[in-house]
Amino acid sequence: MQNQTAPQPIRESGDEIPFLAFFLGIGTLFFFVIAAATPEEAMRVHAFLFLAAFSAGLYALLLHLQSGTRPDATAYNMGVVKAGVFASAFWGVAGFLVGTLIAWQLAFPETLSFPSLPWTNFSRLRPVHTSAVIFAFGGNVLIATSFYVVQRTTKARLWGGTLPWFVFWGYNLFIVIAATGYLMGITQSREYAEPEWYADLWLTIVWVVYLLVFLGTLWKRKEPHIYVANWFYLAFIVTVAMLHVVNNLAVPVSILESRSYSLFSGVQDALTQWWYGHNAVGFFLTAGFLAIMYYFIPKRVNRPVYSYRLSIVHFWSLIFIYIWAGPHHLHYTALPQWAQTLGMVFSVMLWMPSWGGMINGIMTLSGAWDKLRTDPVVRMMIVSLAFYGMSTFEGPLLSIRAVNALSHYTEWGIGHVHSGSLGWVGFISFGALYCLTQWVWKRERLYSLALVEWHFWIATIGILLYICAMWVAGITEGLQWRAYDEFGFLQYSFIETVEAKHIPYIIRATGGSMFLIGALIMCYNLYMTATGRVRESERNAAPAAPADTVAVPAE
Amino acid sequence: MTNNDHQTDKTEVDGHTGVETTGHEWDGIKELNNPLPRWWLIVFYATIAWAVAYCIFMPSFPGFPGLRKYSDRDKVAEEIALASNERSELANRLLSDLSLEAIEQDPELFQFVMAAGKSAFGDNCATCHGVGGRGFSGYPSLADDVWLWGGTLEDIKYTITHGIRSHSEQTRFSSMPAYGEQKILSPRDIDNLAVYVKSLSEDVDNPEAIEAARPIFEAQCATCHGKDGRGNREFGAPNLTDAEWLYGGDLRSIRAQIHSGRNGVMPAWGDRLDDATITALAVYVHALGGGEQDYARIDDQETEDAAGGK
Repeated sequence: MQNQTAPQPIRESGDEIPFLAFFLGIGTLFFFVIAAATPEEAMRVHAFLFLAAFSAGLYALLLHLQSGTRPDATAYNMGVVKAGVFASAFWGVAGFLVGTLIAWQLAFPETLSFPSLPWTNFSRLRPVHTSAVIFAFGGNVLIATSFYVVQRTTKARLWGGTLPWFVFWGYNLFIVIAATGYLMGITQSREYAEPEWYADLWLTIVWVVYLLVFLGTLWKRKEPHIYVANWFYLAFIVTVAMLHVVNNLAVPVSILESRSYSLFSGVQDALTQWWYGHNAVGFFLTAGFLAIMYYFIPKRVNRPVYSYRLSIVHFWSLIFIYIWAGPHHLHYTALPQWAQTLGMVFSVMLWMPSWGGMINGIMTLSGAWDKLRTDPVVRMMIVSLAFYGMSTFEGPLLSIRAVNALSHYTEWGIGHVHSGSLGWVGFISFGALYCLTQWVWKRERLYSLALVEWHFWIATIGILLYICAMWVAGITEGLQWRAYDEFGFLQYSFIETVEAKHIPYIIRATGGSMFLIGALIMCYNLYMTATGRVRESERNAAPAAPADTVAVPAE
Repeated sequence: MTNNDHQTDKTEVDGHTGVETTGHEWDGIKELNNPLPRWWLIVFYATIAWAVAYCIFMPSFPGFPGLRKYSDRDKVAEEIALASNERSELANRLLSDLSLEAIEQDPELFQFVMAAGKSAFGDNCATCHGVGGRGFSGYPSLADDVWLWGGTLEDIKYTITHGIRSHSEQTRFSSMPAYGEQKILSPRDIDNLAVYVKSLSEDVDNPEAIEAARPIFEAQCATCHGKDGRGNREFGAPNLTDAEWLYGGDLRSIRAQIHSGRNGVMPAWGDRLDDATITALAVYVHALGGGEQDYARIDDQETEDAAGGK
């Protein structure tokens, strides 16, 4: 940052470096032993991956110490944010690509099945898709934006010296371990928590350091109050830590093997899993991305947040109510009915707390509605709030037992998830990435707003194709499953209900492909922006949003 | 708002909306002091009131069934009892000693069995044999009149119950040798044999190959498929003259079958499905289009009936 006010800038202490070096050294030795002793081929691959990553980390630390340079403790740490932008774009494209591939596999199962290549099987690629989009793409967006936002809104450099880098690389190592594990057939079969015990332990370490970095930065803030975006980030980090640890309580078969057994069994296991699964939606995909919304929308449109009171009330009601809603994933199962009831009523009460964020975001535009027309980045973020509003209305609706009886286990659920993930999480992330790239690389404007327009329209039409196709497919198969003939026998066989979805599957895969194309356009635009170029035909147009001109000394 | 160097905690009035700010500012972001939207608050309270009411009327606490005393489990038990009551009369008649032929001739029972058979077929058989039994390569069509192991009601029921090359002790069993893989015949012999087999059902203009293969066919194939190639159901040996093919009728497919002698497997459903379901399946498959009549059995039955004084 423009930060040359002090004649002798304060240097970072580097106190954490010996601890980090010791930890990485011990880890290197540990994984060396595991790699040598394990009887399991896949485990050996993972031990070598850890070994390589830890040695690379040690080497990087060594280079850092040798160079003798110490970062200015009064300047923001934007390097790790830049790395996060790059990782987000990379994992986004990877995740969308795998999603598109498996969507086409479902549409043409015979053509796109390769029995000689087991890792291309749908059942292995599906968790690669879900983990890549939620944890790799979404997670990197959250880490990058939280590191940016917490610095800017506290006027303090990230706490912990090199630790933010440890969080970034450690988290991405977890993703590589998880994804390669799925391809080799390693899974504990818990949806959205598939990685096995050793990957879970590693993530726990990384996550605790993430929490410390975030709290440490808040602790040394130069602002009297904590901005609402940081409440949401903190809720996201703390709750995800709790969810992750509890849902992954398991006993490994041996320290040398990947397999483990859950501490829970039967319906307790199911309830723990969906307490986790639903709150991953609530605290990862909702609270975290609301934090992004609370910073990037007011910042981009340059208007005050609509209502401080609404942000307080909807924050606390969201946090309090969300955590109880998980049992609605287990309607009409072995779960006692009273627990199903609680899951349902809490989901219905969640409707307005969810909408509070949408109201606060959209109404922030009052006084700047023209930006919807002139700035496609703003439009993308506002449309993401519209999708957020739609899917947080659909969610409580689907949690009602009578509706759930029709919708559960059908494609309707897939449609619901994707209106939230493509529309809300995807678009708010794209908006944040456009802003971040322009701001952290300090560019006057994006390379091309016309390309953002293309991205917006291609992706929006893709999402609409996707969710409409899934509504049709879901309601069709839901009705087919419950159709009886005059003697009370099922009218349709399972395979007939699958065949009925063929055309919707093709439309869905087309919509997904369009979403992927939009993301590729964005990557090109971000790359050209970061390298400081402006599209020739747009050189003379006025920038849609002013460059980030706020120059803040951090300390 | 381009510079916040002089940050202040004083509230100000937003020029556009006329609403006061809270006086806080972070990185240039301020907050308006708007009240909670009234409609938002009303709907929020309404959902809470509804939630409380629902918890009073429906099960919402361990051991508390709600004022309505509603229970999913009771409801399911009730519905199952109702359905099986409705079905019981017909289902009991199905399980009585009625012969399969008699079931087929009772219109009411036949309709019931066809519905039950279609449902069971869809969930258990259609995966391989296709919806409506249309078949796939390697999985026989059940909708035509070509039967490997017999197409009478009794034959079909036996096949369903015990399977083909299954683990059941009474399974239907036979084995076609892999003439190529086991090096019983030379590749040239197999080429010729394929032409010969094809010539049994259509004109093939290759007299040398046919003549060369004729003695091989008689020595190797005729035992099961018959000297004229018309097959033998005792071994499940297909009729090679009817232009109906399990693994395809082009030269390449015929050659592949002689080379590898694929022996398809069908599971024994006797230990998975109950007797009424298997009976229903037999009648359903029989009625798909190609079921055969067991004339000998029907004659016996009529003689018996006649002897019984009917």
